[in-house]
Amino acid sequence: MICQECNQRPATLHFTNFSNGEKTELHLCERCAHEKGEMFMMNQGHGFSLNHLLAGLLNIEPALQPNTKEHFHQEEIIQCSRCHMTYPQFVKIGRFGCAHCYDTFKEQLGPIIRRLHSGNSVHNGKIPKRAGGTISMQRNLTALKETLGELISKEEFEKAAELRDEIRALEKRLAEQHRGGE
Amino acid sequence: MSLERFISQAVSSWMSTEGPDSDIVLSSRIRLARNLSQFDFPTLATNEEAFKVTAAVEEWANSGSHPGASRFEMVKMNDIQPLQKRVLVEKHLISPHLAENSRHGACLLSENEEYSIMVNEEDHIRIQCLFPGFQLSEALSAANEIDDLMEESLDYAFDEKYGYLTSCPTNAGTGLRASVMMHLPGLYLTQQINRIVPAINQLGLVVRGIYGEGSEALGNIFQISNQITLGKSEDDIVEDLKSVVKQLISQERSAREALAKTSNIQLEDRIFRSYGILANSRIIETKEAAGCLSDVRLGIDMGYLKDISKNILNELMILTQPGFLQQYAGGPLRPDERDIRRAAMIRERLKMEIKEQ
Ligand SMILES: [Zn+2]
Ligand SMILES: [Zn+2]
Repeated sequence: MICQECNQRPATLHFTNFSNGEKTELHLCERCAHEKGEMFMMNQGHGFSLNHLLAGLLNIEPALQPNTKEHFHQEEIIQCSRCHMTYPQFVKIGRFGCAHCYDTFKEQLGPIIRRLHSGNSVHNGKIPKRAGGTISMQRNLTALKETLGELISKEEFEKAAELRDEIRALEKRLAEQHRGGE
Repeated sequence: MSLERFISQAVSSWMSTEGPDSDIVLSSRIRLARNLSQFDFPTLATNEEAFKVTAAVEEWANSGSHPGASRFEMVKMNDIQPLQKRVLVEKHLISPHLAENSRHGACLLSENEEYSIMVNEEDHIRIQCLFPGFQLSEALSAANEIDDLMEESLDYAFDEKYGYLTSCPTNAGTGLRASVMMHLPGLYLTQQINRIVPAINQLGLVVRGIYGEGSEALGNIFQISNQITLGKSEDDIVEDLKSVVKQLISQERSAREALAKTSNIQLEDRIFRSYGILANSRIIETKEAAGCLSDVRLGIDMGYLKDISKNILNELMILTQPGFLQQYAGGPLRPDERDIRRAAMIRERLKMEIKEQ
């Protein structure tokens, strides 16, 4: 096989890359691969580790799936109702098709997420103002309640009273938002 | 075009400006992955959907409210030549994936090229801030500021449990990838790097060479980034990375001191030989050029070489890549022709230093 880049030297390095759900192959000589160096680092490094990891996860999958015995029911393949991605497709390309996939594949996703993120399973970072809705208000409320508990145990009642008013106001606003239904 | 003019047009802020600890940390980057809730992710999106995503981001860009004075220019992948795309990749402003495989892919670039927002890459939106030197927290604030402004008018896909929903579950949660590019010749020369890399990996961080293939790091330039994006806050992710980077900086500094003490003349010899190669060679491959550039930069940082600007390493690592060489030559070059052009460009660039004195 001849290198696709220079069309001169024999191709000794072979790369596969998944993108847009399609597999592309690239055959290069060492020289050209070297020249393209960074391009591959970025594509390969990422794609490989994940697909590798997912392949590993797929192998543990049967134990987690309650209906493995009925695997002859081909129609039971889980599929996202919005983007139509199937679970085997996801495993193959390592990418979801849409935001709803996170819901569709939630049973399979749990162990994958924990494996990928060192055992973590719940987001603990930034919450967008609009899309986050009342989540940040709720988080804020939980934090304030914790502080209130601390103040009471330290018998700082004056400060605790102030904080209690703040908590009530926040609870009221939260209730209003819920009633308003977005 | 003269090389001087070519360079002034080609370099981004991070290559030419000095930042904190920039003798070791060449640049700091923050990337936030975001998706729009109403469209399928780029992997499966139809052409029409992909087009709408780009249009929505373009509308946001034209609507005004942006941080500081920075204005964004939208560059659509369909509108530019393959060589121009390659140059953007070589400057780390866009990914190879956006350049080669995206549909209706685009990027918004700020004037100084510190900000680049990729559209229809693996995710709908990828906000990137690339700052010179060790400025991770600053880059995070800058990226957050843009993120907030975008969220005012664009509907993000967000979930209480999984955070920002990304095409690949490795990015879910914060969608944050924080990274630094470090020049670590001291750790390489004292043969400590092979011991340090696995130790950093064990801390949940990823180390890799930016230039070169596999485990090889051309020019002793390493990228260190976080692996976990979910379960930790953005600040914690950045702080954890920062503490490792600080340790690496001090280890690199002590390695350099030890080298100066124990093998002063050998080090000086190595630096001046490399300088000699760069200043005189007629044919030079990427790998040799990178090694010599690393030596010369070390020589500048340690005071062996005077009157040469520090950014010569940043600049020439970028400018001697195939895309830039071909852009400067004004047309396609075979690999062997590139090696000749590369040698010529480096010689000419070094001459500019002498002229400036
Ligand atoms: Zn070739
Ligand atoms: Zn879906």
